[in-house]
Amino acid sequence: MTHILSVSVLNKPGVLTRIAGLFSRRNFNIESLNVGKTENPEISRMTIVVQGDEKVLEQVTKQLHKLINVLKITELDKNSIVERDLILIRVKCTRKQRSEIIQIADTFRAQIVDVAPDSLMIEATGTEDKLEALTELLRDFGIAEFVRTGIVALSRGQAAK
Amino acid sequence: MPKLNGGEIIIESLKKENVDAVFGYPGGAVINLYDALYSSNLKHYLGRHEQGVIHAADGYARSSGKVGVCIATSGPGGTNLVTGLANAQMDSIPLVAFTGQVASSLIGKDAFQEADITGISLPVTKHNFMVTDIKDLARTIKEAFYIARTGRPGPVLIDLAKDVTQAVAEFDYPDRVNLPGYKPTFEGHKLQINKAAKAINDAKKPLLYVGGGAVISGAEKELREMVDKAKIPVTTTLMALGIYPEDQPLALEMLGMHGTQYANKATLETDLLIAVGARFDDRVTGKLDEFAAQADIIQIDIDPAEIGKNIDVEIPIVGDVKTVLRELLPHIEAKENGVWQQRIKELKENYPLKYEDDGSETIKPQYIMEEIDKYTNGDATIVTEVGQHQMWAAQFHKYKKPRQFITSGGLGTMGYGLPAAIGAQIGQPKEKVVLIAGDGSIQMNIQELGTAQTYNIPIKVIIFNNKYLGMVRQWQEIFFEKRYSSTKIPAPNFVKMGEAYGIWSKSVDKKSELDSALKEAMEHQGPAILDVHIPEEENVYPMVPAGAGLKDMIGG
Repeated sequence: MTHILSVSVLNKPGVLTRIAGLFSRRNFNIESLNVGKTENPEISRMTIVVQGDEKVLEQVTKQLHKLINVLKITELDKNSIVERDLILIRVKCTRKQRSEIIQIADTFRAQIVDVAPDSLMIEATGTEDKLEALTELLRDFGIAEFVRTGIVALSRGQAAK
Repeated sequence: MPKLNGGEIIIESLKKENVDAVFGYPGGAVINLYDALYSSNLKHYLGRHEQGVIHAADGYARSSGKVGVCIATSGPGGTNLVTGLANAQMDSIPLVAFTGQVASSLIGKDAFQEADITGISLPVTKHNFMVTDIKDLARTIKEAFYIARTGRPGPVLIDLAKDVTQAVAEFDYPDRVNLPGYKPTFEGHKLQINKAAKAINDAKKPLLYVGGGAVISGAEKELREMVDKAKIPVTTTLMALGIYPEDQPLALEMLGMHGTQYANKATLETDLLIAVGARFDDRVTGKLDEFAAQADIIQIDIDPAEIGKNIDVEIPIVGDVKTVLRELLPHIEAKENGVWQQRIKELKENYPLKYEDDGSETIKPQYIMEEIDKYTNGDATIVTEVGQHQMWAAQFHKYKKPRQFITSGGLGTMGYGLPAAIGAQIGQPKEKVVLIAGDGSIQMNIQELGTAQTYNIPIKVIIFNNKYLGMVRQWQEIFFEKRYSSTKIPAPNFVKMGEAYGIWSKSVDKKSELDSALKEAMEHQGPAILDVHIPEEENVYPMVPAGAGLKDMIGG
């Protein structure tokens, strides 16, 4: 089971290490971790995707709460959130393939952000599923490299608690 | 407001926290702090190694119930604290450790005696801080003490850049802390309390399983009331020996791997296990799915993360143990002794702790513990190292009060005992402090004999000398066909060693001479060492093999 946790933390030195260290120390599996500023400059929000059953999730949450700099932890309900992941993919392509790739990118509302003689770079955002579908289609052309941010998410209708 | 330098701010802050003793070891990065100590009236105890220093602060905290404070310099000073931090973290002991750090302009440059101690100590502290601006110093100390002593206590480390201890600022100690991410729960949830009370009133065979959290919370009176009122038998973990007097009919003493047969058998029969400040450690439960398998479980703990961590719990109550017991008591029905209490009596009669004594001049370790108990009228504070002697000390002495048994429980740190005994004596100057040591463990921090001698700390060191690393040898005997790999350990001449430190020392190997030697050691005015030769291959029984269930006890 995958769970998405939204974690508000005080923006103190070492806070990322404390959280990453907790996960490895307690033998929890972390799928992705994303950290960024929030509306309050003293607070950062982490979006952590965790693998595990309900018991693991309960322990993760409780252990995170014990960290002094952790303010709030919310498990996001996948049905009532907006989740986004960003990908940059560099795809190998010949001159002939270029328009086909651009068409695929258009279908996914992705942008072409760099053009080289033998490759294209595509930027796409969306849910994990969408980005995986895009990656799968581009695989035939040969993916030179790609990077993903991991999920960021907020609850709909109100600020994430 | 007065202007003080960083070192002086630390001293003044410690005074505000009512600290009356600090343990430390100087060095270049804390030289300003030591300069401030020089002209202060704060009592500083100089150890012989930073590990000794922090274990002494830990022993002080355990015996006094106050926060232990220690100081070490940067680099190796800090890294030498690590075992002591982990030890305190595992047993929830409140400590504040100050470490020096290189000047803030040099941090990250691999400067002389630089080590990333906040990074290193992160997993073994409750929290840690690095101070690089003197304006943050007083507030950080305030927060560190607050975090160390409240909620589930633990060690907090403050790393001090050298320039911070030099700089000058106005001293303003805050009255309150502002820690929005740290809010321990003290009171139990009303609904859960009612549920627990109903379960206790309905139970036919309830059993209290009490751990170190009850000692930390100071819940001995409430526990006693509960037992007296509802006639519930009590078993304690290693960390809580004495919280309920062991000479009482309903006391089952220690449970677990080397627990009493009657305590372990009671866990097999109980229909309601009431865990009070205990964390279902593997040394207690054995095979988890067989532990208290007939019972519903109530768990009272201040740390929500302990609930359900190792075992499923029917009725969890998050809160301070003392507060929760107090809330629970009015809802508990008074009961008379009945079938269950009779069964407990039978178990205690049928399966007593025992050992073989052939009547020769051989001194059995269990016998030494009984003699110490007798000689001190069961009133001494017993501190231990880690190993077989630790288990015999737990088993063959009746503890009567909390904080009377001081030992490294969770981490099992050999080398803890000697410095901890020194700290325990400083924390409770009027108590008689007896260190039960193994010949292996005592050698791990033997240099602290120097500390005991310097300050004339009157601890009585009883060495159970079997010339082996006995506990590992016992496992090798039982599980590895007596292949004694690296467990035969030559001991030095402890008498000459003690005398080299200027400490009264004596060796004894005949049973008929034990009593008078013990008396001499106990009555000696300063520290004393008694090296007692015990059989080389004596085992600790009963024993539950690691990973087996409590029903599968061997021996005893």
